[in-house]
Amino acid sequence: MKENNDKIIKIEGLNKWYGDFHVLKDINFDVSSKEKIVICGPSGSGKSTLIRCINYLESHQQGKIEVNGTILSENPHAIQEVRKEVGMVFQQFNLFPHLTILQNLTLAPTWVQHSSKAEAEERAMYFLERVHIPEQADKYPGQLSGGQQQRVAIARSLCMKPKVMLFDEPTSALDPEMISEVLDVMIELAEEGMTMLVVTHEMGFARKVADCVVFMDGGEIVERNEPEEFFNNPQNERTQLFLQQIIQN
Amino acid sequence: MTLQEFNHRYQNLQYRPGAVGWVFKNLLSSPFNILLTFGALYILYLIIPTSLNWLIFDSYWEGESSQDCNFDAACWVFIKARFNTIIYGFYPQEHLWRPNLVLLLLVIGLSFVLIDRFSNKLRLRAGMVMLFAFPFVAFAILHGSLFGVEIFDPIVRTEQWGGLVLTLVLSLGGIVLCFPLGILLALGRQCKTMPVVKYVCIWFIEFWRGVPLITVLFMAAVMLPLLLPEGTEFDKLSRALIGIVLFEAAYIAEVVRGGLQALPKGQYEAADSLNFSYWKQTNLIILPQALKLVIPGIVNTFIALLKDTSLVSIVGMWDLLNSAIGSTRDPNWIGYIIEAYVFAGALYWLLCFSASKYSQRLEKKLSTER
Repeated sequence: MKENNDKIIKIEGLNKWYGDFHVLKDINFDVSSKEKIVICGPSGSGKSTLIRCINYLESHQQGKIEVNGTILSENPHAIQEVRKEVGMVFQQFNLFPHLTILQNLTLAPTWVQHSSKAEAEERAMYFLERVHIPEQADKYPGQLSGGQQQRVAIARSLCMKPKVMLFDEPTSALDPEMISEVLDVMIELAEEGMTMLVVTHEMGFARKVADCVVFMDGGEIVERNEPEEFFNNPQNERTQLFLQQIIQN
Repeated sequence: MTLQEFNHRYQNLQYRPGAVGWVFKNLLSSPFNILLTFGALYILYLIIPTSLNWLIFDSYWEGESSQDCNFDAACWVFIKARFNTIIYGFYPQEHLWRPNLVLLLLVIGLSFVLIDRFSNKLRLRAGMVMLFAFPFVAFAILHGSLFGVEIFDPIVRTEQWGGLVLTLVLSLGGIVLCFPLGILLALGRQCKTMPVVKYVCIWFIEFWRGVPLITVLFMAAVMLPLLLPEGTEFDKLSRALIGIVLFEAAYIAEVVRGGLQALPKGQYEAADSLNFSYWKQTNLIILPQALKLVIPGIVNTFIALLKDTSLVSIVGMWDLLNSAIGSTRDPNWIGYIIEAYVFAGALYWLLCFSASKYSQRLEKKLSTER
């Protein structure tokens, strides 16, 4: 029982198809509280689909996903319970362009969690400080650089006080010079003990932060190991090939 | 001076500053352009003076009867004499203060809503009043009774309403009612979880878009009373209004759907991941963006609606255009039909142009892109 409580996400026998295409093949996967997991793999390997299943942006056809004791199903109540605990950061930031930065951060706390306006704004400013852009609070997303927008997106998720943060290729849409400012924020978040699942190709980040690196290919988890072992001594042929290609670039 | 030299000097004229440069660059830059410019000027010379003479300089303003006019120029005496009919239709002459009061309240109310100097809170409240209270107040004043309670004497039945007032009643009533209905239809059509709702909306929209408005109005005026149980009192104005609303809502729905589809999928996903319920997501995130995107289309539909109300003449209602043209059937004023069309057209144009200008301002103001 004790071990069960420790696992915040439990995935058993997960299968998903897009029509005939088998995107996720029998995934078994646990995440402990405060664990940082980096998921990598070639494009089309199902890594984004996997983390999108965790907050039900995608539905699965077979298997069980349990988040913080709630089993995900079509039941809207279960979906809400899970989303309460899970924050998500997207590749394309997905800020709300018609609202200022501050309004982006306070919208969900006031309307979903029913916090007071003052409390929501205080919390928003706290997280804007944490991502180092409190001075942009009154601007609109369109006036910010990509790196700044992504940091706002991270702060927006944090304002909902999630237990788990999912990152879906958070730096892939950024210009090279902006990648580090976003990764720095993510490293700080990791150091503070957030449970994180990060789909990324930033291997430097994986080495520095991850407790565990997962390699996916063709909808399967091919290899799962600690970063040192994973990078220095990859077991599977496909992992070796993938790492070679990444290093060549 | 050789031809080459002349050519060179001529070409240099377009780099002069100010109006001279502009004229040589845009109007006289090549032989063909020179030809076009002078051709166009000649056509304008033929049209403009005669039109202005007919409309203004030679036109008749003084007097009271058709004796004071000739057919060689516009007879604005006719408009003056029939002004009340064109604006108020057959509303009793001695009670015109009632429509006037309604028009005044309308102007005051709308300025509170539309002028952005007022605070957003005030504008929102004024908007609520205009949406939910004003229609009843306006009806009570114009008709004289509300929900069977007599307020003003005499009762003026809606059959007697007419002119510009009727056009405004039909078009503003139509806009206010068809907009929310259209949004609901658009949302329903996008609905993925409830196929019944989706297909009802699709068929509703396709039905009303597929029939001409004239047919709808004719059915509403002539057929509906036959289908309703006997004794149901349902005046022609309400029936026409319902027809217009259902018809235009289908158009609004398709315009709004365009906006909904133009939003990136990421906006829906971000809202989902932040745990917004469907209606909160729709009202706070999706609609504000989608409606902003389709302001031109929405205003386009509203303007079309305003002009389409002139079709109610088919079912014997005396809207602005019908009243103006009807006035020329007055034995004293036979033959002044051009004046009637010009005047009614000018009023329609003024209303539509203001709406279009305001929407451009609104778009600029709501734009938050870089």
